[in-house]
Amino acid sequence: MAVLNEEQEMLRDMARDWATNESPVTEFRKVRAAGEPHAYSAAAYTTMAEMGWAGIIIPEAYGGSDFGFMSAGLVVEELGKTLTASPLVATTVAASAIVLGGSEEQKAKWLPRLASGEAVATLAVDEGAHHDPAAIETSVSGGKLTGTKAFVQEAHGADLFVVAAKDGLYLIEKGDGVSLTTRKLTDQRSHADVAFDGAPADKLANGGDSLLDDVLARAQVLTSAEMLGMAQAVFDTTLDYLKQRVQFNQVLATFQALQHRMADLFADLAQMRSAVEAGLQAVDGGFGVTRAAIIAKAEANRVLHVISNQGIQLHGGIGMTDEYDVGFYLKRARVLEAAWGSSSYLRDRFATLGSY
Amino acid sequence: MATQLKPDVHADEDAFRTEVQQFLAAHFPAELKGEANALAGVDGPTNETPAQTKWREAVGERGWGTPTWPKEYGGGGLSKAQARILEQEFAKAGAYNPIGGMGVMMFGPTLLEYGNEAQKQEHIPPICRGEIRWCQGYSEPNAGSDLANLQTFAEDKGDHYIVNGQKTWTSGGQWADKCFAIVRTDKSDKHRGISFMLIDMDTPGVEVRPITMISGTSPFCETFFDNVKVPKENLVGEEGQGWTIGKRLLQHERTNISGGGSLARLMGQSLGEIAKKYGATDPDGELADKVLRDRIADFEIRWNSFLLTARRAVEESKAQGGVSEISSVLKKVGTKLSQERSELLIEIRGLQGLGWEGEEFTDGELEAVRGWLFGKATTIYGGSTEIQNNIIAKRVLGMLDHQ
Repeated sequence: MAVLNEEQEMLRDMARDWATNESPVTEFRKVRAAGEPHAYSAAAYTTMAEMGWAGIIIPEAYGGSDFGFMSAGLVVEELGKTLTASPLVATTVAASAIVLGGSEEQKAKWLPRLASGEAVATLAVDEGAHHDPAAIETSVSGGKLTGTKAFVQEAHGADLFVVAAKDGLYLIEKGDGVSLTTRKLTDQRSHADVAFDGAPADKLANGGDSLLDDVLARAQVLTSAEMLGMAQAVFDTTLDYLKQRVQFNQVLATFQALQHRMADLFADLAQMRSAVEAGLQAVDGGFGVTRAAIIAKAEANRVLHVISNQGIQLHGGIGMTDEYDVGFYLKRARVLEAAWGSSSYLRDRFATLGSY
Repeated sequence: MATQLKPDVHADEDAFRTEVQQFLAAHFPAELKGEANALAGVDGPTNETPAQTKWREAVGERGWGTPTWPKEYGGGGLSKAQARILEQEFAKAGAYNPIGGMGVMMFGPTLLEYGNEAQKQEHIPPICRGEIRWCQGYSEPNAGSDLANLQTFAEDKGDHYIVNGQKTWTSGGQWADKCFAIVRTDKSDKHRGISFMLIDMDTPGVEVRPITMISGTSPFCETFFDNVKVPKENLVGEEGQGWTIGKRLLQHERTNISGGGSLARLMGQSLGEIAKKYGATDPDGELADKVLRDRIADFEIRWNSFLLTARRAVEESKAQGGVSEISSVLKKVGTKLSQERSELLIEIRGLQGLGWEGEEFTDGELEAVRGWLFGKATTIYGGSTEIQNNIIAKRVLGMLDHQ
């Protein structure tokens, strides 16, 4: 755990208390059972926004606290531990696009509403099943945007879409020219293909040529923070289970084969945490952001993949049951691994950045 | 990030920085600029040039080679902030720290904690001045990972002990002046029968035989003790306290193996850069072998998070005022990644990367081969990876045998 300032410690403790007491995994089960397409509790998101979490990266002038991405990551990590379903990550990433690329008017119109939780936003970049920002066909003509975005996260709850077109990022409000096709994925959260058919589009004209890359880096680090919380939760739960479960008249934790596997996972988790925290800090510091975000997401992918699998294996048969939570983490893990760059995509980008 | 310091602290630090700069200007021989410390490791005999000797004596006299050790025993007596300034200024001037070796890395800190006043007065100053080389008498033929199974016996003869037995993997034993050893003083108790004592390597009955390793070098020795007389004042701590003291020393050893400069030095050149010299590239300058390219990127990403983890361990330990629990993974992860890097380097270079000797190979290529082979030792010594896993599982994760 990175060394935190007092403000960050308070924020982390508040998020931890709330997630543990008000939003344990049983709350996610309720969301799943309700079966609504937006797939989160609106009341819970209102509470989260009231605690200031939707405005952590938004400047104070627009109703946020401007604490930065490390602080946002602390909250997201705690929520990831209990698989809290919410549009917080999507909205924060979309808000960062407006902070970086928006005009004064665009900021004034949207940021206060996003910070207060009154509006939800999401980023729509990819047009296929794989993350590929180089393959964008969506285009804008005469202020109208046309194209289809695939597997857009939190699309059902979104009032605002930040959409990548060939020539930059655009703001599009839900409504005319915007239609959703639900894509039900294994994590039971909100995903949709979103078709834009001549939808009125408002360009994010600031932020320069690197705007999309900068926003994607923020999506990568914040997603990694959620994955970090998930990996930590699976590790902790599995360790507890090994200390309780008795076979051959011995608790499983005394078997050396399992001790060494847990030592390996502990080391992997340490690596993941270092990479994710460094990614969040790089965004706040504004130095080496692209590279740090790639390292963060690549390590998050690698380690959560292993830990989510081992969580099932080490729980044995009970881990295969729907009654047990560990399977939820596995299913959410793969969705997030694919989001904003699979491991092979990230390694390719890393090598390209290193000029080899 | 800007750190707000009180003005008087700034003034003190500036004054100290000036003092270091003046010292370097007066004493650091220009011809040594950029050299590494030949004595810091355990990998060679002593054959200093006059300039090296002069530099060692100058630093040793100030105690600046062991900057934070107490001044009364010949250390620098510096604060951590001052030590950082010292390090920065040395780096700026291209000056190495000429004081090193096992005395500095492991034995000194342990003796400062457990030694009596007379022992500290006798042994710490020569370490600070870089005059004495120490070696480690720990492992035995039947006491490797199960170190407490050691059998070398010290028989109580009133005012002295008579030591008989054999130590092995004695790093630098052939060049050492003295040996810190753990030996058995009581055969009836495995752990509490162990004592920590100091043995002069020129005592009659001590015999050292270098072991040739797969890398072709002989940094390790077998050390035989045949009726070796060790005065009682060379016992550190109490009789039977050797296991506790010995383990403490191992913590210093692990910190040095995992977080030490040797790993950081390896980072010099990116594997991708090296691979471009040895393999084909696309017109756009990418490695043509996409599988290798992917594996290099995979390695470098993990290596980066290791460096971040090492830094985090230091920051956390500082903030907590104790050793951070992730320090326990550094040795295991760092050594594994170093080995992986060596293997990748060979693969990148093909057979040109497996040269044993000859002018057709560059020095870098030959050193990499020896390093690859010798590097296999890093996951074995200082507590093997398997022992590290036991420690992490039991001490950190609480996976105990008696639940």
